[in-house]
Amino acid sequence: MAATRDKAGRPIVVVTGMGVVTSLGAGKTENWQKLTAGQSGIRSIKRFPTTGLKTTIAGTVDFIDVDPVCAPTLATRFADLAVDEAVSQSGIGSKGNFPGPLFLAVAPVEIEWPQRIDLAGAAMTKGQVSYEGIVKAAGSGKYAKYNDIFLFGSVADAIADKYGTQGSPISLSTACASGATAIQLGVEAIRRGETDAALCVGTDGSVNAESLIRFSLLSALSTSNNPPESASKPFSKNRDGFVMAEGAGALVLESLESANTRGAKILGVLAGCGEMADAFHRTRSSPDGKPIIGCIRNALDDAGITPQDIEYINPHGTGTPENDKMESKGVMTVFGDRAKSIPMSSNKSMIGHTLSAAGAVEAVFTLLTMETGRIPPTINYNTPDPDILLDVVPNKARDASARYAISNSFGFGGQNVSLVMAREPA
Amino acid sequence: MTDATRDACITGIGIITCLGEGPEATWQKLNSGEINVDDKTYAPFSIHPLGPVDFDKQIPKKGDQRQMEAWQRIGTYAAGLAIDSAGLKGNTEILSRTDMIVAAGGGERDTAVDTTILSAMPATNDPDKLLNEKLMSDLRPTLFLAQLSNLLAGNISIVHGVTGSSRTFMGEEAAGVNAVRIAVSRINAGQSEIALVGGSYNADRKEMMMLFEFASSLLRGGHAGVWDRGEHGGLVPGSLGAFLVIESRGHAEKRGAKIFACISDVMAERPKRTARSVTTVLQQMWQRIANKIDKRSAAVLSGATGAEPATREEREFLKGLGGLPVRATATYIGQALEAQFVVNVAIAAIALGHGNLFPPHDKSGLEQPMSDQLKQVVVTSVGYWRGEGMALIRAA
Repeated sequence: MAATRDKAGRPIVVVTGMGVVTSLGAGKTENWQKLTAGQSGIRSIKRFPTTGLKTTIAGTVDFIDVDPVCAPTLATRFADLAVDEAVSQSGIGSKGNFPGPLFLAVAPVEIEWPQRIDLAGAAMTKGQVSYEGIVKAAGSGKYAKYNDIFLFGSVADAIADKYGTQGSPISLSTACASGATAIQLGVEAIRRGETDAALCVGTDGSVNAESLIRFSLLSALSTSNNPPESASKPFSKNRDGFVMAEGAGALVLESLESANTRGAKILGVLAGCGEMADAFHRTRSSPDGKPIIGCIRNALDDAGITPQDIEYINPHGTGTPENDKMESKGVMTVFGDRAKSIPMSSNKSMIGHTLSAAGAVEAVFTLLTMETGRIPPTINYNTPDPDILLDVVPNKARDASARYAISNSFGFGGQNVSLVMAREPA
Repeated sequence: MTDATRDACITGIGIITCLGEGPEATWQKLNSGEINVDDKTYAPFSIHPLGPVDFDKQIPKKGDQRQMEAWQRIGTYAAGLAIDSAGLKGNTEILSRTDMIVAAGGGERDTAVDTTILSAMPATNDPDKLLNEKLMSDLRPTLFLAQLSNLLAGNISIVHGVTGSSRTFMGEEAAGVNAVRIAVSRINAGQSEIALVGGSYNADRKEMMMLFEFASSLLRGGHAGVWDRGEHGGLVPGSLGAFLVIESRGHAEKRGAKIFACISDVMAERPKRTARSVTTVLQQMWQRIANKIDKRSAAVLSGATGAEPATREEREFLKGLGGLPVRATATYIGQALEAQFVVNVAIAAIALGHGNLFPPHDKSGLEQPMSDQLKQVVVTSVGYWRGEGMALIRAA
């Protein structure tokens, strides 16, 4: 039997279960079929009126009902669906007893406008609402359920309850790199020998008016509202921002030894993780590209491979002018002349930017790319950016095999995480 | 632990609370028993306001300060104090490979915008349009960045140059325990040499008072010690920032750093809150370290918040420890959610540095004087809603 430890003597970490939910649908099958067909999940927002907004589109998950409709309840439901798929596929543990910890990437939580309006109705005196009145109304006992929904730990708590993960779950945010950080924490825990398995999840359901407006006020969002499916255009010269989206990705990570012992099917290997924070600016990356370059190199080093080994890049590729420029620069620096011949396709061209979930969702898609030998395209690529001379797999899926792939995630606050995945244990 | 060079040592302490700034001010106030509480602003509720602070001392650029809300300024300031305390200020080589874990909630809302919109709602026949328009026109674009949980870490990277890695854990009290736990585990396992860990909380926030009141969690009718808050109990939110530099003994010794204390056995659990589950899980965690405790020189620094029934259940556990001295810091510094565990570890390290414990502040009699030398402190976490944890802090 092949070795169960990597070159550095650490337990090899493999993936034995994956689940995904995006605006394209629930489950790997539906998502993969649509993703490789170049289908977009971006549409006009129906969840709330968009009157007066510059951006009126998003990759919302419209086929799931929750009550009340708010980010934490949506995030919980998406995570639940993705985890159910991942744990079922893995066959690990028993129902309600997952033999490892939970790492959950989730958007920051606070009460939302429907709840605020509800409270204000009880807090109105002489036509004015004050927070003093709202605090008083809050303490009436009528809103006790909001305490549980709107605590930061509630989404993880619900998932931990249902799937019986071990110990205290970790809810985390590294902004748009969160999903990748959740995976990284799982890899590290298994390498430390603390656990044989970890449940790593990214989930996000925050397409609501205020969240959209906050991103809009930072000029981060595409305003190409018509037609919605053409709005997300990573690496194109006319790219004008990202498209907010929702979804969840879940991965069962396991030590190779444990997977072998169980006779579990190995879907891929989490070979290396890299990160490097950027101290340049709150929303912009360092103009010298050093943190992105360092992050990618750290991931390659951690995996014990060289740039030569990478045969597919799943970029952060948000479609903002800034990200795509800096990411391409980083890729060209790290991979040199080979950069132009490594396929690099952005899932976000179809599913939008699933924010806290993106790192996990795109790790699932990267592993599916290697497993199926088919690379989903970057759609809406009609006007190449002359400064980005890379193979973005324009508009049509392509067959290609890759033994190693890298997935990048970058976020506000100088967050950079890259994950190296392998088709099979080395 | 087999390899002593992998011991996790506390080499930097940054603390600012209602008691003031730095280990010495904190220690003096804990010994004098002075309570700094504001029971007027949010009456019938109370908060512990932040002590006097000159943010310029750790956040020199006004432009940086303007980009932050209070919780971020407090945290960035405390992180700077910790980095100073560890002798690392401006040490680019080490700060660029320092692993940061911040325990954070969300940031302040613009409550004026909220109330303006809510007051205007009844008079309009298109509330959705009003909401969209007012948010588009009245929200400050950069407020979002002051609200995002991970932007405390982002600001620390920018202001202090900590860039090895940056992770933000959320989830109330559990976030703080897990932040310390992961930092220590990574150091013990050789995955990290040096970490900056901490959090901050601004108690002067109307929308957080609202959140606490959903479950009627706030203490009413003026301040009382944590153990003396009656049947219903209650929280007194406290503004504070606390950061620790934790590093491997090998790394600390090599650079000649002063070691304030060592930390091990960081545990975090998530019992489903049912009757006595807090008592039981604390007993279980205690059992895992019981053989390391020397009862003649040990004390417990309790993370009790005053919330019931959790505080009552922790008290039952503490009473079963055979008279081990106990102190609840929340009596002095209040409830600070994600930052609570870190500030208690910091206070434990300060007490160990002095080799003794501060006096009791408890009419109920649980807290008893301690005259022996202090060499070990067990810090507990009992979240107001969830978030149980424990760690062992030892004298250097």
